[in-house]
Amino acid sequence: MARLNSPEELEKFRQELLSKRDPNTPCISVCAGAGCVASGANEVIAAFKAEIEKQGLQADVDTKGTGCPGFCERGPVVVIYPEEICYLQVKPEDVTEIVSQTIKEKKVVDRLVYADTTTGEKATHESDIPFYKNQERNLLGSNIKIDPKSIDDYLAIGGYSALAKVLSRMSGEEVLGEVKKSNLRGRGGGGFPTGRKWEESRNAPDEIKYVIVNADEGDPGAFMDRALLEGNPHSILEGLIIGGYAVGAHEGFIYVRQEYPLAVENVTIAIKQAEAYGLLGKNILGSGFDFTVKVHQGAGAFVCGESSALMTALEGKAGEPRPKYIHTAVKGVWDHPSVLNNVETWANVPLIINKGADWFTQFGTERSKGTKIFSLVGKINNTGLVEVPMGITLKDIIYKIGGGIPGGKRFKAVQTGGPSGGCIPEKLSDLEVGYDELTKAGSMMGSGGMIVLDEDTCMVDVARYFLDFLTDESCGKCVPCREGIRQMLKILTNITKGKGETGDIELLEELAEVAKEAALCALGKSAPNPILSTLKYFRDEYEAHIKEKRCPALSCKELIAYHIDPEKCKACMICLRKCPASAITGGKNKIHIIDQEKCTKCGTCLEACPPRFGAVHKISGEPVPAPIPEDARTIIRKSR
Amino acid sequence: MSEILLQIDGKEVRAREGMTILEAAQGAGISIPTLCHHEKLEPYGACRICTVEVEVRGGTRLVVSCIYPVEKNLIVRTRSEKVDRIRKMILELLLAHAPDSFVLHDLAEEYGADKNRFEKEASFCIHCGLCVRYCAEVKKKNAVGFVDRGTRREINFIPEIASKECNICKECFPLCPTSYLQATFVLTEALAFPSSSSEIL
Repeated sequence: MARLNSPEELEKFRQELLSKRDPNTPCISVCAGAGCVASGANEVIAAFKAEIEKQGLQADVDTKGTGCPGFCERGPVVVIYPEEICYLQVKPEDVTEIVSQTIKEKKVVDRLVYADTTTGEKATHESDIPFYKNQERNLLGSNIKIDPKSIDDYLAIGGYSALAKVLSRMSGEEVLGEVKKSNLRGRGGGGFPTGRKWEESRNAPDEIKYVIVNADEGDPGAFMDRALLEGNPHSILEGLIIGGYAVGAHEGFIYVRQEYPLAVENVTIAIKQAEAYGLLGKNILGSGFDFTVKVHQGAGAFVCGESSALMTALEGKAGEPRPKYIHTAVKGVWDHPSVLNNVETWANVPLIINKGADWFTQFGTERSKGTKIFSLVGKINNTGLVEVPMGITLKDIIYKIGGGIPGGKRFKAVQTGGPSGGCIPEKLSDLEVGYDELTKAGSMMGSGGMIVLDEDTCMVDVARYFLDFLTDESCGKCVPCREGIRQMLKILTNITKGKGETGDIELLEELAEVAKEAALCALGKSAPNPILSTLKYFRDEYEAHIKEKRCPALSCKELIAYHIDPEKCKACMICLRKCPASAITGGKNKIHIIDQEKCTKCGTCLEACPPRFGAVHKISGEPVPAPIPEDARTIIRKSR
Repeated sequence: MSEILLQIDGKEVRAREGMTILEAAQGAGISIPTLCHHEKLEPYGACRICTVEVEVRGGTRLVVSCIYPVEKNLIVRTRSEKVDRIRKMILELLLAHAPDSFVLHDLAEEYGADKNRFEKEASFCIHCGLCVRYCAEVKKKNAVGFVDRGTRREINFIPEIASKECNICKECFPLCPTSYLQATFVLTEALAFPSSSSEIL
């Protein structure tokens, strides 16, 4: 492939590509994102290729692995174009039928289309599935249309046209102006206005400047940046080059965690392809603008998502935050101005340039513009990535898109913002999602993790979980964070074990204040948030644990007991046989009793007891009823 | 270098541009406690005990004085209810690890810190990093370094370097606010290069 030396050559090449592609050619697109690959997508792709060949259809049908469309719960996801028929949870065994029915006969394989878990209503096309229907997929929408390893696929959907526009018709100042006008705010957590950050760097008097992609996504349960980088790496690159042009940087870095091998692979391929096409390197598209990009693999430290720690790590040192009161946009990597934006922020840039700031600002609320990708996980029916306009209510995300809580359980709270965020209770489910709204509610936008919690979740334990995570992930440099987290975790662990004492809550609040006010970096300053937000909305749960030694969610092992109701037990032997600790005594006609000394509280008996009996239950905060006398244990069954 | 006028604890203080609040305060005879600060070393900002209150653009903010640069007309308060509360907690957290450190004892008295507030976890090291940084920045030897992160972070001598460099130096020993550094060195020596110690004996 020869270099493209001007925007006109790029356009001409794009037209050539499109002329070779018949939009009516059947195309089998299989999600090849990490989630679907784990569910066997590669085997499905191989099976499709083999079947197409067997049927002699290679010339008539395209098969490709694409980026992640987000519906991970039902992966591997297969979409057949041009009809856009969407098949879910496809296995290699289904491939023959799909090819013979859908590709050859144009018939839908009914058993593989979406069926609502409650109503059973079916939806054949991707756009009809409620999970997708209620989203606004400006960023994620392209993922399923392209093979992330093919720059031609990206060019075919209009890729690099924003770059061509910028280089041929806009000054750096104009690009900056458009980004500022869009009110785009950082998608990585803090929500700092992107335009202002760029402007600071642009105005900094230094010849050398850098632009950096923060792909060190590390919040538990969050994977939106992975999906973008794996699924559409060129869109990130295009945004980064445009950013470099706007601030006057000629070098860019992509800091990606090495735990994302597919993202590393795809973005590395993308850089090579862009270099070959003359979209990276010297004199891009004949404009005179030079720009190179390097991939830096993070060594797996959560704290390196923090800007100054990331930059220290980029310099080749241990990734610890730097105590500076000067923005990294002015003094960053090797003390040069460095613009660091999250993957999703960069992905928005080409769209803003192509479609304009006015298009972008039509989505969202007054202070939070555009869309946001969330990874919707936890106790939710439709796990996956959802892209929604800012301002949508939590309720709409959880019920309309997420399909509600599994097993008919009650929705209790949603945790947003990862370990720096907090829990928002059910009573605030009408809250509109936006940076300031979430912060006001005691949580934060964060990078977009959204963990749904149901009635079985203990809120003290949730706080304990996040503090435990931070114990490992704090760099350990400053005292309020390292020692504060250590003590806060100890107190929380004690509370969940029934060893909480009066004054623990107050001590937690004191430690939280010191971390929040005096820690060195954002990780430490926000570390107490999981505690503070659960204390704000679920203080009664803390008190129940401490004063009554009771876990209201019946979740903390040390505070609960399993008990078999002698009135309900039918002596069916099911729980007795399944108990892995041999803690249940009884017999065929003998009411079962759990030996509390032996019980490991694994919950197997509760799950095993047939719902029509419902004899096993959990109790907390009260003594376990004494076992019934031996002679009362025999069930005398009436002979039929 | 232009001169900057600022106010610390109600006192007019003259400082040079580029100085930190801590340097300006020390120059004016105002004392701010420090644990990880050393004049020969790059500011580190880890112990946070030198936290002070500043008034910036009408708002009050807590900053660490060993790093925050002086600004014209900056108003600094080195003591306040909040600052004292933070210092007290920092000391209590550290006393759980080094209950017998004289440096901590003196400060604990000043700030009313209770050395028994938290359960003792006598690891002795308070992670001020003076030894690590002195060895790296002044001696340029890197014979002692941090290992691991978070609550598992600790200092350790690198035997290959320590066996060659440390016996003739030991300049870091008096910097340690506890006796942990010396103990670590002796242990490393005993385990990794005992022959050199027997030579000395």
